Amino acid sequence: MSTHSSGDSPVKAPGLPADQVWAEAAQALGYAGAGAFNMAALVVDRHVAAGRGEHVAFRFIGESGERREITYRQLAAESDRFGNALKALGVAKGDSVFLLCGRRCELYVAVLGALKIGAVVAPLFPAFGPEPVRNRVAQAGGKVLVTTRSAYPRKAQPIRAELPTLQHVVLIDDLDAGPLAETLDWAALMAAASTAPALVPTTADDPALLHFTSGTTGTPKGALHVHGALLMHDATARRALDLRPGDVFWCTADPGWVTGMSYGILAPLSVGVTSLIDEAEFDALRWVSLLENEGVQVWYTAPTALRMLMKAGPGLFAGRRFPALRFIASVGEPLNAEAVIWGRQTFGLSIRDTWWQTETGGIMITNAAAEAPKPGAMGRPVPGVAAHVVRRVAGEPPEVIETPDTVGELALETGWPSMFRAYLGQPERYRQCFAGNLYLSGDLVRRDADGDYWFVGRSDDVIKSAGHLIGPFEVERVLMAHPGVAEAGVIGKPDPVAGETIKAFVMLKRDVAPSEALRAELLAHARKRLGPAVAPREIAFAETLPHTRSGKIMRRLLKARELGLPEGDNSALE
Amino acid sequence: MDQEQLRTALLAIIKTLAPETDTAQIVGSLPLRKQIDLDSMDWLNVLAAIHEGLGVDIPETDYGHLATLDSLVAYLAGRLAKG
Repeated sequence: MSTHSSGDSPVKAPGLPADQVWAEAAQALGYAGAGAFNMAALVVDRHVAAGRGEHVAFRFIGESGERREITYRQLAAESDRFGNALKALGVAKGDSVFLLCGRRCELYVAVLGALKIGAVVAPLFPAFGPEPVRNRVAQAGGKVLVTTRSAYPRKAQPIRAELPTLQHVVLIDDLDAGPLAETLDWAALMAAASTAPALVPTTADDPALLHFTSGTTGTPKGALHVHGALLMHDATARRALDLRPGDVFWCTADPGWVTGMSYGILAPLSVGVTSLIDEAEFDALRWVSLLENEGVQVWYTAPTALRMLMKAGPGLFAGRRFPALRFIASVGEPLNAEAVIWGRQTFGLSIRDTWWQTETGGIMITNAAAEAPKPGAMGRPVPGVAAHVVRRVAGEPPEVIETPDTVGELALETGWPSMFRAYLGQPERYRQCFAGNLYLSGDLVRRDADGDYWFVGRSDDVIKSAGHLIGPFEVERVLMAHPGVAEAGVIGKPDPVAGETIKAFVMLKRDVAPSEALRAELLAHARKRLGPAVAPREIAFAETLPHTRSGKIMRRLLKARELGLPEGDNSALE
Repeated sequence: MDQEQLRTALLAIIKTLAPETDTAQIVGSLPLRKQIDLDSMDWLNVLAAIHEGLGVDIPETDYGHLATLDSLVAYLAGRLAKG
């Protein structure tokens, strides 16, 4: 393999050597580089000890507009209580605690309380149906699930009998409907819990977070992150998002996805800002009002949301001013040039793209605050991170591409603090992500002569809908579980708002006739099991599905046909 | 179209986009999206179907009136009455 010294590369070397960047990050957190390290203690208790306990950590805006604030001191105390409640239930260091809940205060308390006692926090997206929940809890052997009274009967109760490891379900009573059998009540649990410090000694290398992500084939992968990832969260919050202590910050991502955890909870708390949390679903008017009225200074959002705001038209912004707003960044999928230009016209600010993945745990590539971004480009690696464009060569180390504007796979030199440490229970799949000292991202990019990276596409069949990765196999498997379906192939269909939406091609069993009623039945079947975020939006009946000689469905060909594109090299077809 | 017909038309739209929904269980006075699984994309599709089926184009600035089935019906009745 060729060497990767950044001096040989045409990429502008980051201003500081990686060691120095991470040493500075450790110093900022008061960490000597060895010994105790607990991300929850560092992001809340540290501020209380430093006399900043009365600062507001989160400002929740309820669905009807009601406001609720929680200070760092209250968050420290409540998370101790929840940590103690978990201990009383027999939860020990290393056990996994799953969360399936909207953006309410209890969710944030639960994350921090579980982290304090060394449990591994596994957040789930609230729009998941029971099948994604079952699959993920089963893979991790989840011991506790924290969810809501309204979600439990639909999303967890139907699959609970299939989850023998799941010892406790804690319900937040969002309906005021009273207790349910075989569950524990959040309020009662908290009232009975000790208020003593809950901290269990952990180090920077102990597992802390489990985020599930999707591949083309097989089950979703549980990417495991360690407490030390906080070094990355803190450093990138300051450098890539320009977060400063005392800011009002709004990360619109749900903590069920990695962005909502890394930059919706941990990074902003670490810096000591006040985070705005909107408990409601996306609503254009509401969002613009929140930006204006809550004095948001830094806003981290997603292209899908930006496109929905653009679609609402300029009338939405007429007469509004955003004097507090200083910095806007975006994540989840490439930010199109039109959105960057719209941002300049609407807010007088350039919206900055950030590129990273569940596996990287933190922002890797961005348009730095100091420079005007090129509309449509991802930007450059953050300090401490070294990136390359590579070409995989069968049986050999990947070839590093130095020629500008040549498409290849984005690869990152290993060693940044928030790099994932395992795919839970799938060591072979983890190993396949690396070649020598490079992490291979699976994203295709090109790098221009200035050193700016541009996103080109995925190197696999993973679907990106509204910024979230969806594995086609997870959807196909559920469709194929329907008695009328012989086989299914699932693709991402380009969509002006969501980037891609999920379309399924379904081949029926020989004795089953296609009909509108069956199409509705299949849609209901999929939505009920997968939830609306993962289920197909469109189902088409197909006479046959294309296969490779080895029997795999050729999703790429389905997609080419859908788009009316040339079908390319079909030599591997049956 | 009276309010009862509007309600029936809306439930039919929801049933088409989210056929797993038991529309008989929807309580008109409670937030709709707390009772059934509609995400933001589903919701945009509901609004597009209202535009197509009932001829009412709802501007984003009016989304605040649409949280419950009752408020949605009342809003659409008002819009249709104005012509």
